[in-house]
Amino acid sequence: MDTYSFLRQLADSWALLALTLFFLGTIVWAFRPGSRDVHNDVADIPFRNETVPVDDADTPDTGAKS
Amino acid sequence: MLNYLKLIALGIVILFSAVASSYARDLAYQVHAVLIMIVASGLFFWTLRQTDEPVVYVDTNGYMDGVIRAGVIATGFWGCVGFLVGVVIAFQLAFPVLNIEWAQPYANFGRLRPLHTSAVIFAFGGNALIMSSFYVVQRTSGSRLWGGNLAWFVFWGYNLFIILAATGYVLGSTQSKEYAEPEWYVDIWLTIVWVAYLVVYLGTIFTRKEKHIYVANWFFLSFIVTVAMLHIVNNLSIPVSIWGSKSVQVFAGVQDAMTQWWYGHNAVGFFLTAGFLGMMYYFVPKQAGRPVYSYKLSIIHFWALIFLYIWAGPHHLHYTALPDWAATLGMVFSIILWMPSWGGMINGLMTLQGAWDKLRTDPIIRMMVVSLAFYGMSTFEGPMMSIRAVNSLSHYTDWTIGHVHSGALGWNGMITFGAIYFMTPRLWGKASMYSMSAINWHFWLATIGIVLYASSMWVSGIMEGLMWREVDAQGFLVNSFADTVTAKFPMYVVRGLGGVLYLAGGLIMAWNMFMTIRGGKHVTAPVGVPAE
Repeated sequence: MDTYSFLRQLADSWALLALTLFFLGTIVWAFRPGSRDVHNDVADIPFRNETVPVDDADTPDTGAKS
Repeated sequence: MLNYLKLIALGIVILFSAVASSYARDLAYQVHAVLIMIVASGLFFWTLRQTDEPVVYVDTNGYMDGVIRAGVIATGFWGCVGFLVGVVIAFQLAFPVLNIEWAQPYANFGRLRPLHTSAVIFAFGGNALIMSSFYVVQRTSGSRLWGGNLAWFVFWGYNLFIILAATGYVLGSTQSKEYAEPEWYVDIWLTIVWVAYLVVYLGTIFTRKEKHIYVANWFFLSFIVTVAMLHIVNNLSIPVSIWGSKSVQVFAGVQDAMTQWWYGHNAVGFFLTAGFLGMMYYFVPKQAGRPVYSYKLSIIHFWALIFLYIWAGPHHLHYTALPDWAATLGMVFSIILWMPSWGGMINGLMTLQGAWDKLRTDPIIRMMVVSLAFYGMSTFEGPMMSIRAVNSLSHYTDWTIGHVHSGALGWNGMITFGAIYFMTPRLWGKASMYSMSAINWHFWLATIGIVLYASSMWVSGIMEGLMWREVDAQGFLVNSFADTVTAKFPMYVVRGLGGVLYLAGGLIMAWNMFMTIRGGKHVTAPVGVPAE
């Protein structure tokens, strides 16, 4: 089989399946149980460390309210 | 020791460019060789002066903002240059006499048009992306930009690329690929700069103090990686001579066309969309003072965009030698792409939920909202125009130009202005921009300018498309090409006026930036106090 036909067949079958599954997987992963707290925390990242970086000596400012 | 190596390398570059400037086969190459010789000589003496001198202590505790300040100024400057060239060529189309006789061939429409597109996309947009990505990646990672002065190399290297590209177009050096006009040696230089950009960006992400990578960085990173891939594949060419700028493409015929529009559409998708979405996902929440509406939606937005955009290119090649299946594939993916685009728009707009009152008082958030509205509008218009039947009417007409500009002026321009107004006072330690009413003026001038531009191009484009296909009872074409040109004249004047308004807004912004940086009360940043 020449290279074109081989790649074409691969693209139409296994590669397509793998890409589709990966894409569906990202959606499932986004909605996994327990993701809400993580996402709320991540969405707050722009509101910390605005003027200075996290100091290595300190514990990282996680923004978590104690 | 490193300085000695630098001096040797610069010496070789000077020698080579000196030889090249004398062997040069064409004017553009010669000018570029002289330009590189001058830049390399300047760097040589600068390095020489610093060699074996005491090392100046650099405080590496804070964020590296110097390069971002330079980027903000460069963005404002290139924006005004790009808008000005755009206004000039718009009036050249309306009044051909403006292709001034004594300035031929350098200042004719054909050479100034790529100068305009590259100045606004790569100079204005590119500098905006580089500086805002450096700003965002540091603050969302909680760590200083990685790689020390490599970030300065990225900034100056990228702007040297722009100078080489711009002078090349005017002097007639082009490989005639839309948005990829620079010739082989300029392409190689951009590749080097881009790899350095990727290294700085990845290095900062690897040394981040936050556990998670904020979504804006995902968008920026996809922009950097994909543009590198597109740039290399689309610019595969063999120079005719090492002493000349002319090169020959490796691909030929329809393969070349497909590669070009795979590049061209993804330049829109990843340069003008993914990168600017990275800006959106940081600056809109910051300016609204609220986290993004749905972080889950932003994840799905990202992956859907990545998976779909890369296939949409063939819709530029309907009714060509490209196989029908490929064109249909491009069309279908373009239409599916509508969904993630609107998902992203909704995510950005809904971030203002509970803060909509700020629209009345804050002209910066108003710019961002209008920018998202134009993002939504042009990502609806685009899929519609990619449908084969619609494309048969719209292709080659001014409708396409109108579509591009509602995206570029509306979405890219407005979100960049918002980011500039957000960053400028913070970077120079000022309480706010010098003049809020000037931002208001900028907002209205730009918005009215875009409306004039887009509506005149819709009318002109659809009229033109209908005139081209009009046949009489015997099946003969009714209109000659020149008839359509005459009929378009009023719309061309309106379009030019829209451009003048947009340029005026840009100049007001430049003045406002200047006054903010030079004057105003200095506010000391609360250094050392952890941000709440």
